[in-house]
Amino acid sequence: MSRKLLDLWVGFFVLLGFASLLFLALRVGNLSSANFAETYQLTAKFDNIGGLKVRGPVKSAGVVVGRVTEIRFDPESYEAVTTLTIDSRYRFPKDTFASILTAGLLGEQYIGLDAGGDEKMFKSGDVVAKTQSAVVLEKLISQFMFNKASEGPDKK
Amino acid sequence: MPADSLVKISDINFAYDDRAILNGVTMEIPRGRLVAIMGNSGCGKTTLLRLIGGQLKPTSGTLLVDGESVPDMSHDELYAMRRRMGMLFQFGALFTDISVFDNVAYLMREHTDLPEEMIRDMVLMKLNAVGLRGAHNLMPSELSGGMARRVALARAIALDPMLIMYDEPFAGLDPISMGVIGQLIRKLNDALGATTLLVTHDVHEAMLIVDYVYFVSDGQIVAQGTPDEIRASSDPFVHQFVYGEADGPVHFHYPAAPFEQDLMRQGAYG
Amino acid sequence: MVEKSVSSVIELIRTVGHHLNDGLQRLGFAARFFVMVLVYSGQSFRRLHLTIREIYFSGFQSLLIILVSGLFIGMVLGMQGYETLQRYGSSEALGVLVALSLTRELGPVVAALLFASRAGSAITAEIGLMKATEQLTAMDMMAVNPIARVVAPKFWGGVISMPLLAALFSAIGVFGGYLVGVVLIGVDEGAFWSQMQGSVDFRYDVWNGVVKSFVFGVAVSLIAVFEGYDAVPTAEGVSGSIKRTVVYSALAILALDFVLTSFMFRGL
Repeated sequence: MSRKLLDLWVGFFVLLGFASLLFLALRVGNLSSANFAETYQLTAKFDNIGGLKVRGPVKSAGVVVGRVTEIRFDPESYEAVTTLTIDSRYRFPKDTFASILTAGLLGEQYIGLDAGGDEKMFKSGDVVAKTQSAVVLEKLISQFMFNKASEGPDKK
Repeated sequence: MPADSLVKISDINFAYDDRAILNGVTMEIPRGRLVAIMGNSGCGKTTLLRLIGGQLKPTSGTLLVDGESVPDMSHDELYAMRRRMGMLFQFGALFTDISVFDNVAYLMREHTDLPEEMIRDMVLMKLNAVGLRGAHNLMPSELSGGMARRVALARAIALDPMLIMYDEPFAGLDPISMGVIGQLIRKLNDALGATTLLVTHDVHEAMLIVDYVYFVSDGQIVAQGTPDEIRASSDPFVHQFVYGEADGPVHFHYPAAPFEQDLMRQGAYG
Repeated sequence: MVEKSVSSVIELIRTVGHHLNDGLQRLGFAARFFVMVLVYSGQSFRRLHLTIREIYFSGFQSLLIILVSGLFIGMVLGMQGYETLQRYGSSEALGVLVALSLTRELGPVVAALLFASRAGSAITAEIGLMKATEQLTAMDMMAVNPIARVVAPKFWGGVISMPLLAALFSAIGVFGGYLVGVVLIGVDEGAFWSQMQGSVDFRYDVWNGVVKSFVFGVAVSLIAVFEGYDAVPTAEGVSGSIKRTVVYSALAILALDFVLTSFMFRGL
């Protein structure tokens, strides 16, 4: 086989390989949508994060605006401290409300940001003051049962 | 013998682990001559070639090629020396994945920056010298044994070496091919002004073409001389070798305990 | 009686020791060989067409088997995945299942296994035969370093081809899953792709798969060239080396996969 033909086939093979890698990156993976070029960090403390995981999405009005990049436990306040990495294109007011929500009844958990009305915006490294913890299903059910039980005699 | 020798070997010993292969071999190969080393199979002839090429290091003794000590050479010096050597391997050792032309062109492409047209001319010249210019497009698998040997010969002389070594060039060839190869070896040596070392056990073919013969047996040189001297020799080993007798100084039997003793101990093998 | 059993126990211990010693010695040879290949790689990279030629033989010529196997594995994943997922009413997650299984595990591992038996065995056979017919010795005698001229290009050809083949395998596998899931069964196309994109992370899933296939490429190529170079120069010797290439490659791929997976995806 001549050198030229061989080079041609090898070039074809290498390009095909890179094309499939590109396909995996853009079409199969999330490189096209969820890769933030420039980001800033926020910290939020929660009493209970439920099933939230690192790399979980941060959404505002249902749109992914960032990711949870770190979760650790603060041994002094006994709270969970989460670090959120937010796309620099999106700025949020200082009184934004962060809550842990669930996609669907049993879906993955994510952090929802509800923008407030403050004029000042968050800077990198700021702490989100207003947070609401995850709804733990067991607690909800036991509360419901307790209420039912305590309501019971009155109605009779 | 002329004082100017291309290869000087004195008192060389070589052993694989504990098994001694060569014992105090001393020989000289004068420039421009065709010297043969003969001996029965497994006597250390091929080892001698490997030592000269620097692929093995002797246990003791000195080995000079063109005045330089081969065992003391660094890797780079060794490779520089080997570029001036050509070697024909026992079964040719042609590269089977490339054509006859590419086999002969191989060394020119590896070691020189010559333009492709010049390489083409040189390759065709070498192939012409061995009578196979017409076969340059064939693959090694399409060649007969004799033709493959001739291509390997063309490859060995590709860079006009100062020393050409042949390892059993006649092995497995028909009488006609043998004669052709023998004449080629002689002709190439004289035409290139090279020095040739021929390792073989084919006495008759070699005697026709060489200038000087060393006989090696059990790692030692047992006889030497010009072909005429050898033919006239009364040495029992030389006589046995030249006339192909089954028994003589070289025994038919591999060393063993006396036969009766082995028969008595037959239970031990069961 | 007792003496006999004692001596057979000693024999057993000796056999174990013998095999261990042999194995360690070969491992040592392989390590030294690896270093030599790396040292002489510079020389062979200066003549790039040698490596390009090997990419043709180990990469391009493995295309067919990789593409066909990838397509079928993707289609089977689509079918089986749908079967299971629709029981829980979440058949839209089919894309996620197919893509994650392929990019993280099946792509690199199965492609590497196929590569070992298709290209690895061919590399071993070629080098082993060159050794058996004295071509390597001849090269050395002609002042051409066989490691730089033959071994290193084959090694790098394999190392470069492997990640590309694994990526091709995963990509065509996802397409196979799409064919069965969306075209044949009728899962919603938008959900198939968007759920896939939502759950497959480039750095975390795709890139780790590429890293895996690169490591497998190094392992398989090294085993293949070493077994060839270390082959006993006879017909049986070479066939034994080919067998060992396939077996050791498979073991190395699966063991390395476990190690890499536990480092990459631990705790998540």
